[in-house]
Amino acid sequence: MSFGDEGGLGDMNSDLAIDANGLVKVFGDTRAVDGVDLAVRRGSVYGVLGPNGAGKTTTIRMLATLLRPDAGSARVCGHDVVADSDEVRAAVSLTGQLASVDEDLTGRENLILVARLLGLGRAEAKRRSDDLLGAFGLNEAEGKLVKNYSGGMRRRLDIAASIVVTPELLFLDEPTTGLDPRSRNQVWDIIRALAGQGTTILLCTQYLDEADQLAERIAVIDRGKVIAEGTPSELKASVGSGTLHVRLVDSEQRPEAERLLAAEFGDAVRLESDPAALSVGCPDAERAAEAVGALSRAGITVGEFSRGQPSLDEVFLALTGHTAEEAEEIDDEDDEREAA
Amino acid sequence: MSATDTTTTAPAAPAEASEAALRNALARTPRPPRQSAVGSILTFGWRGMLKVKHVPEQLIDVTITPVLFTLMFTYMFGGAIAGSTQEYLQFLLPGTLVMSVLFTTVYSGVALNTDMTKGVVDRFRSLPIWRPAPLVGSVVGDSVRYAVAGTVVIVVGLILGFRPEAGVGGVIAAMALVVVFSFGLSWVFTTMGLLMRSPSAVMNTGFMVLFPLTFLSNTFVQPDTLPSALEAFVDANPISNLVSASRGLMAGSVDGSDLAIVLAVAAGLTAVFAPLTAHLYRTRG
Repeated sequence: MSFGDEGGLGDMNSDLAIDANGLVKVFGDTRAVDGVDLAVRRGSVYGVLGPNGAGKTTTIRMLATLLRPDAGSARVCGHDVVADSDEVRAAVSLTGQLASVDEDLTGRENLILVARLLGLGRAEAKRRSDDLLGAFGLNEAEGKLVKNYSGGMRRRLDIAASIVVTPELLFLDEPTTGLDPRSRNQVWDIIRALAGQGTTILLCTQYLDEADQLAERIAVIDRGKVIAEGTPSELKASVGSGTLHVRLVDSEQRPEAERLLAAEFGDAVRLESDPAALSVGCPDAERAAEAVGALSRAGITVGEFSRGQPSLDEVFLALTGHTAEEAEEIDDEDDEREAA
Repeated sequence: MSATDTTTTAPAAPAEASEAALRNALARTPRPPRQSAVGSILTFGWRGMLKVKHVPEQLIDVTITPVLFTLMFTYMFGGAIAGSTQEYLQFLLPGTLVMSVLFTTVYSGVALNTDMTKGVVDRFRSLPIWRPAPLVGSVVGDSVRYAVAGTVVIVVGLILGFRPEAGVGGVIAAMALVVVFSFGLSWVFTTMGLLMRSPSAVMNTGFMVLFPLTFLSNTFVQPDTLPSALEAFVDANPISNLVSASRGLMAGSVDGSDLAIVLAVAAGLTAVFAPLTAHLYRTRG
């Protein structure tokens, strides 16, 4: 835990939208956040990646001044989250995990409410709300109560409410959880457009491809601690240069294929949950082609194969010993797949 | 068969006509000056009114209950207690006014408890506004509900034959006093609303407190007919003072000490429970 960087560094760190050091939050005997450091450059999209219960939401809530840290310190847009919480709130917007909109009001009323509270005059609040409803494809639903909105509409309204007045920093807590692929893409487009306008975005997500697609840098967080930090490519490179994925036509041939690939690459072969699929670390495409050739020469019919950079799923597995999805179920048990 | 590189590819953003609208809406807007505390309170009061507009049914319990109380007690007990229903109504109505409005205050706690389970509270708490504004605003908005409940009782009373000697002015003064007291009392329930786990727990506990307090008062009978221990409780119960003061204001002869006690209790409840509510609202969750 570090408690450094206290005061006097305002100018030195002025290019940081978030500068958090050793943040801790304890609930009962659970250390929900256990010494988190974050440095987020102004104007960037920063991903905080982790499974449910890793401490992402608690971290966001401390940075957005909704929770007081038990230890550590954080400056958000140059202001201390405890001492200058008013100034922090004036600079940030929060789109929470539960959509932060009022379900018993219409979409338009929600935006006017936020606009008025932010100090816009009556006419200006209406004009701004109409602009946002139009831009986010919500004008047809503007008079409907939000409780009748679909998940995607609710999310878009939520983000619209967060940018009624352009924030310096926008917190997005799992903005696409529970959305269908089309709505998810719409939200991603909005996030990209916002980032394009220079808004700093802290994006919490449990979806590896979401962080991969949107974030310039990623902090991987597990059990309240940052376990890795870097650009998506750095994280991938730290795990290995690439992976060969093979899917057999006949799943009964998998043990044989596993033996062959293990011999070919001298590396542990990973058996996927699909009984016909397996994967292995593979540095380049040529080696991949050779290995597939060896498989067919041995009479093993390969249905599909592909080689690519490791996915963030694999990164997560390598860093934590368990995949993001498994993190909730697994406590201290060994990862079955690794043992296999 | 050829090896494909599976590095994930981003789906291209749909080049829609709305692109321009989106860009326009995202253009950086200057931050307006911060809204005043009073402005925020009124905005939250407006939010409360909008909810009534969208779900008018929520006014039903506020209006039906007082009508039932007034009718039931007048015709069931009137003859037995006062000899005639007309005479009893004259005595009872200020009491049912108090009772109906006080019961409404429990809903302030229920509504806040419900709000806290929704994401919108995070929005309010992360806005640069005077922090207790959402609470004060909704309690101010609730005062409108109290006035509605009170008006219904008065109208029913007038129809049944209640005749306030102090006229319109007296009735308005009594109603204002009841609303002021309810404003103070509602902070007790907002505190409960933040401490309890579910809206129904708030509702049940609220009524468990309010039933004895309103029934063990001088609402229905003169305290001197009661056993001495009970009479002592009734005399000490500030709701008896509120009922006496309302009767007095409507009859045109109010006892100053009743008024003083009612206002002091309302101020005391607000002084203790409003900051407590605000503190809990700030620190919970």
